Amino acid sequence: MEDQPKFPDLTDEERKVLEDLMPDELPEIITSGLKRRHFLKLITFTGTGLLAAQFLGIEQLMARTTTGAPPPPIALENGVNVALKINGRAQNLLVDSRMTLLDALRERLALTGSKKGCDHGQCGACTVLIDGRRVLSCLTLAATCEDRVVTTIEGLAEGDTLHPMQAAFIKHDGFQCGYCTPGQICSAVALMSEAKNGEASYVTRNVRQAGKPVKLSDEEIRERMSGNICRCGAYPNIVDAIREVHGDKAVAQVWQFADGTI
Amino acid sequence: MRPFNYSKAGDPATAVNLVSANPGAKFLGGGTNLVDLMKEDVMHPSELVDITRLKHADIEKTATGVAIGATATNALTANHELIRKNYPLLSMAILAGASVQIRNMATNGGNLNQRTRCTYFYDVNMPCNKREPGSGCGALKGINRNHAIFGWSEKCVAVYPSDMAVALAALDAVVHVEGKNNAKRTIEFADFHRLPGDTPEKDNNLKQGELITSIELPTNDFAERSYYLKIRERSSYAFALVSVAAALSLEGNQIKQVRIALGGVAHKPWRASVAEKWLTGKEATEANFRAAAEAELKNARPLEHNKFKVAMAKKAITRALQGAMQGGVYGLEG
Repeated sequence: MEDQPKFPDLTDEERKVLEDLMPDELPEIITSGLKRRHFLKLITFTGTGLLAAQFLGIEQLMARTTTGAPPPPIALENGVNVALKINGRAQNLLVDSRMTLLDALRERLALTGSKKGCDHGQCGACTVLIDGRRVLSCLTLAATCEDRVVTTIEGLAEGDTLHPMQAAFIKHDGFQCGYCTPGQICSAVALMSEAKNGEASYVTRNVRQAGKPVKLSDEEIRERMSGNICRCGAYPNIVDAIREVHGDKAVAQVWQFADGTI
Repeated sequence: MRPFNYSKAGDPATAVNLVSANPGAKFLGGGTNLVDLMKEDVMHPSELVDITRLKHADIEKTATGVAIGATATNALTANHELIRKNYPLLSMAILAGASVQIRNMATNGGNLNQRTRCTYFYDVNMPCNKREPGSGCGALKGINRNHAIFGWSEKCVAVYPSDMAVALAALDAVVHVEGKNNAKRTIEFADFHRLPGDTPEKDNNLKQGELITSIELPTNDFAERSYYLKIRERSSYAFALVSVAAALSLEGNQIKQVRIALGGVAHKPWRASVAEKWLTGKEATEANFRAAAEAELKNARPLEHNKFKVAMAKKAITRALQGAMQGGVYGLEG
């Protein structure tokens, strides 16, 4: 055993990257395929400052051992070079002019938090923030994002500390299947700054009174969140989570653990 | 989606020249409608010229009113202090449309250029004279619940989907456009969109390559009394079955001037000029509002599945005028 090269399928470079990451668990990964906890570890490592070059190496490695994403293209018909910032990190991408920001995030950058629900701008599951404003990444061509600052669900937490909106969604059980949740949370985060800026909605009593921060009623929250559909129907709990982050201290948590703790 | 060439225009002249030179080229604003239509293969431009970086995003006072830039987003426009205070009808109408995400992307120029949401137009397996001239109208004898009751032709019964445009019609807006060789012209809002007639493939009177640069709102005295009412099948994030932009100015209790425009009933925002004429000089009472609405809807020609829109439009006109009388405060009317 000891004499054989550990993994003859891999190049020296690929083996080194993997060994650097988790030498103890390498055999298991290669023989049994990439498991969820390893994947989470990988994500944790990449999230704490692994070099982009190493990440690409891992991406290619995964492509050989599993059926992962293809390597980035070298040349494209109608290719567009885009330099933008995503979750605080500068990215340079060569994209097909047809590629949406959503597909670029998911297929090219492995940021799969943003979800493809309808892919037609009707469900909000793909909501991300561009320059601080919430938009639909499924209707945004990646080519149009030059110099933009993009924040996705992956960019909201500070290390292990959840964004207050993420914590509130957990506390108030603001989801069931979770598919719409990244979009709901990005949307709700933007909603907080819109309310602070005094932006109006269709149900604002008097749009002529401009300029003051808006106190959000449940009706206001529902109207302003109408671009995010939840098929599980977690709406009441989503409204509660948003109310709490908006400053309403009286929102009661709707669930507790079986032993009575919360 | 079919392949296309993408470029970013740095100045209006470049954008206009590129799109004028290629009949298959389109301007790209927020893309909220165009990108979707490209995914559906309803539209397949060979070239997109991104105009969102042009310096046409300002909202500013002019000698005769306020000009809103064509590339300003719908969200920015609806929330701009000049618009909220002086043209609350426009703010309300914009905020009635789509979702916050879409309003953050959609531009004012793009809003006027969006296409109908007629399902026959969207489904490439169906006949549609707007999508494919000469193929017939699937909606004329089909499922036409959401379709026109005014101004339609045998060729097309689609309705125009924009809320913003309904307010602009009521406000007598003026569209400023720029064409080839710096040829600038203005289009009165009533002449901007078209009725379908024999050429439903043409939604408006822009020429290929003509770029909307701004939309001008003339000064008015409607700010105190205007209201946008939208009736739809769910309470938010849906297109109008019927919508009404209403604005009034009074002398005592007598109507000095009134503007009423309807959405969801025709191939363009429908100015209810019969009702306006009927009401001018009369007292602003509910009975008069109702009578004016009756007069307007006498000319309606509903289709098989949308007869309900006639009754709905009458009530909506009355409620919107009441809403305007109550100072445009949401939720009080009716």
